[in-house]
Amino acid sequence: MNEKKSEPILKVEDLSVAFHQGGKTSVAVDHVSFEIGRGEVVALVGESGSGKSVTANSVLKLLPYPAASHPSGSVHFKGQDLMNASEAELRRVRGNDITMIFQEPMTSLNPLHPIERQIGEILELHQNIKGAAARTRTLELLNQVGIREPEKRLSAYPHELSGGQRQRVMIAMALANRPELLIADEPTTALDVTVQAQILELLKQLKDQHGMSMLFITHDLGIVRKFADRVCVMTKGRIVESGPVEAIFTDPQHDYTRHLLASEPRGKPLPADDGKPVIMEADDVRVWFPIKAGFMRKVVDHVKAVDGIDLRLRAGHTLGVVGESGSGKTTLGLALTRLIASKGRIAFVGKDIADYSFREMRPLRNRMQIVFQDPYGSLSPRMSVADIVGEGLAIHEPALSADERDRRVAAALEETGLDATTRWRYPHEFSGGQRQRIAIARAMVLKPEFVMLDEPTSALDMSVQAQVVDLLRDLQAKHNLAYLFISHDLKVVRALANEIIVMRAGKVVEKGPAERIIEAPEMPYTKALMAAAFDLAAVKSDVIRQ
Amino acid sequence: MAAVPDTRKALPTEPPRRGLLSPTNKRRWENFRANRRGYWSLWIFLVLFGISLCAEFVANDRPVIASYKGEILFPVLVNYPEEKFGGFLAETDYKSDFIRDEIEANGWMIWPPIRYSYRTVNSNIPHSAPTKPFWLMGEEQRCAGYPNGAADRNCTLGNLNWLGTDDQARDVLARVIYGFRISVLFGLALTIASAVVGVSAGAVQGYFGGWTDLLMQRFIEIWSSMPVLYILLIISAILPPGFWILLSIMLLFSWVGFVGVVRAEFLRARNFEYVNAARALGVGNGTIMVRHLLPNAMVATLTFLPFILSGSITTLTSLDFLGFGMPPGSPSLGELIAQGKQNLQAPWLGLTAFVIMSLMLSLLIFVGEATRDAFDPRKTFR
Repeated sequence: MNEKKSEPILKVEDLSVAFHQGGKTSVAVDHVSFEIGRGEVVALVGESGSGKSVTANSVLKLLPYPAASHPSGSVHFKGQDLMNASEAELRRVRGNDITMIFQEPMTSLNPLHPIERQIGEILELHQNIKGAAARTRTLELLNQVGIREPEKRLSAYPHELSGGQRQRVMIAMALANRPELLIADEPTTALDVTVQAQILELLKQLKDQHGMSMLFITHDLGIVRKFADRVCVMTKGRIVESGPVEAIFTDPQHDYTRHLLASEPRGKPLPADDGKPVIMEADDVRVWFPIKAGFMRKVVDHVKAVDGIDLRLRAGHTLGVVGESGSGKTTLGLALTRLIASKGRIAFVGKDIADYSFREMRPLRNRMQIVFQDPYGSLSPRMSVADIVGEGLAIHEPALSADERDRRVAAALEETGLDATTRWRYPHEFSGGQRQRIAIARAMVLKPEFVMLDEPTSALDMSVQAQVVDLLRDLQAKHNLAYLFISHDLKVVRALANEIIVMRAGKVVEKGPAERIIEAPEMPYTKALMAAAFDLAAVKSDVIRQ
Repeated sequence: MAAVPDTRKALPTEPPRRGLLSPTNKRRWENFRANRRGYWSLWIFLVLFGISLCAEFVANDRPVIASYKGEILFPVLVNYPEEKFGGFLAETDYKSDFIRDEIEANGWMIWPPIRYSYRTVNSNIPHSAPTKPFWLMGEEQRCAGYPNGAADRNCTLGNLNWLGTDDQARDVLARVIYGFRISVLFGLALTIASAVVGVSAGAVQGYFGGWTDLLMQRFIEIWSSMPVLYILLIISAILPPGFWILLSIMLLFSWVGFVGVVRAEFLRARNFEYVNAARALGVGNGTIMVRHLLPNAMVATLTFLPFILSGSITTLTSLDFLGFGMPPGSPSLGELIAQGKQNLQAPWLGLTAFVIMSLMLSLLIFVGEATRDAFDPRKTFR
């Protein structure tokens, strides 16, 4: 490692970034220094708001200047000073020597151009390759990034590609000019675990082939461990610790690094007890969305979002529903809580609710509650926390006096680990984890028996995830709750679920006790899923889509 | 846990006393003020509107307060028969020399700055109506209509016509003040009524979607393709013209403007997670619409309001101009424009109407622009 350091390809010294907004100045990056050697992968790790993306963007000066400024620091790329480079010099470096790939492949590609044109544009801009030569090179690149049948894909628009394919196209664009440094800003966060494993594999392979250096920005320590040579841990705009991956993981020096490493969701689910009453029971639940065609809008086919699912959930138990995006997990949950129409039998606390109308469901609503994925979207921004949590109480227990209601709200907030004296504040004054606690308090205040948890941890930082998982488990033990836990994150599922249903394209691939499914999956799809989730390994198999 | 900041602070257990404005609204108000032109326009408009609301105390052919034989009288508010002062008419003509002498002999009276109401006919005009503004005439000429000429005690500033008279010898300034008031009030009433109807319709369409939306959209398309002006002309030819009748006829068509924005806003927001969360709590449709969705649509609606307001005023003015608007004799800016058109030899009529209309509409548009800035969330990042 030391001989690499002698000639770093990128050298960032004492870099600071400040943002000016409405007369106020906030420092996003505070005197950060690091360097990347030739062929080296350096990971910037930190939670949201730690300044890792801002650091990466300032390497190519992609920040919104003049709102952003650099009070101190220098960036040298192969000895060239980028900080004081002119716009024309920067353009030569951008997309040529240094390229970037971003988190969200849908918004990084122009939706109006086919992919051939998007890649061709880069080739023409930087290397002046046009016409047939450009097409040959584009095909070569698409082959390189592992797009199947690239000839057929040339004229495809971004929306016709899957998330993984889009990210591959982004990588092809980034590689088009054989860059020496690739900056990857959370390149796999928006992707499913199996696709994530493939993309990581691809990046590693390409790095080895081309001898590229990489600056890899992520919040996922698993990726860092597997992928990076050196790691810089960032928090609140500072790099608190940096060094070789092995050293950081085995012997972390800084408190924050230790905290981050210890923040994997931990613990075991509550013991299963078959003597407890069945809360939710479903037989052959189907949610089919009709596809209409022709002049008379005749139904020609169905999108089978949920196709014949049976399940049985007892009080105090957790049923984990796992699967990739689009596999119908959330639709199943919404069908069980009767928020969308479905076919098949659904029984809740012994009542057959499948044919209940919205009005008939109302008296039961307090007994089944939902916690949604996005703690920013699920709380009305114009209501105070007390109003948000108290809204359900006002409907289901109208007899309560205002004082009693307030007391119940305060108790629910305290129970979820929030300070009840903050209940007159508005959601935007709380962090993501606190907001998710508010959402959980809103469900808990009604004393439900069944709670549908729709990816309750996936929008949260790693350390907060662990706290929320612990909270959910404590609440379950205390109130004997039945959870339907929907998640694509198998680490979280492992910490909570007694049983697991693996879903794919609306159907059950495999179901059984959680331990068995995780330790000894039987179906090839489940095996691939587990390998991708726990070892970040891409399994070459037909069952995995690209 | 040391590295995780504890953002909770000790707070009082009572709900904090909220200021007049929530933080968001405070920021919006700051943004509004940052648009200097709009901010000053708002103040100028409010002052003008305030003055015109007190039109009876500013321009009237009756004294504001009078003292007669030890009794304090309010002729502006109360209609005293002339008997009280020894006359015989049902309504007292305070400008006649007889009544004036009688009151001044037994007390005093305070006149408004302009001694004409919108319908007072000036019987002492210096030349045939329409008369010029007094400052365009010499001292002798401007008092020529009074029996004693320049020496006449009635030839005072309050009795002179600042902006001249129209072709029926009525004071133009008084009519402009009253006309401004009725235009703005009409515009406000129409805007608020259209907003209520339009927002409700848009809300229902956006929230329920499906067939409700489809049918109402088709209805609105047909409805809004009707030739509004001709229908207005036909209806106002049949029904007796009046403030409320005009308002209801125009309301029939003007609510459509709000539907689009509100419907779009509801369609967008009805699948927000907090709306789903409210549904899962068992909150009823009406409550969800009012409590969770309407605030989202209010931004679009409020931004729209000043423009609808100026549009309504223009429509009323054009109907008045064509003679299908307010009943004859009412003070209206449209009628003043019509007079200016018929009396090209009296340019002060047309000029006054032009200046007043453009002033009013420009002020409203500037206020509208500032409102738009105020509700623009991106403005904060400048």
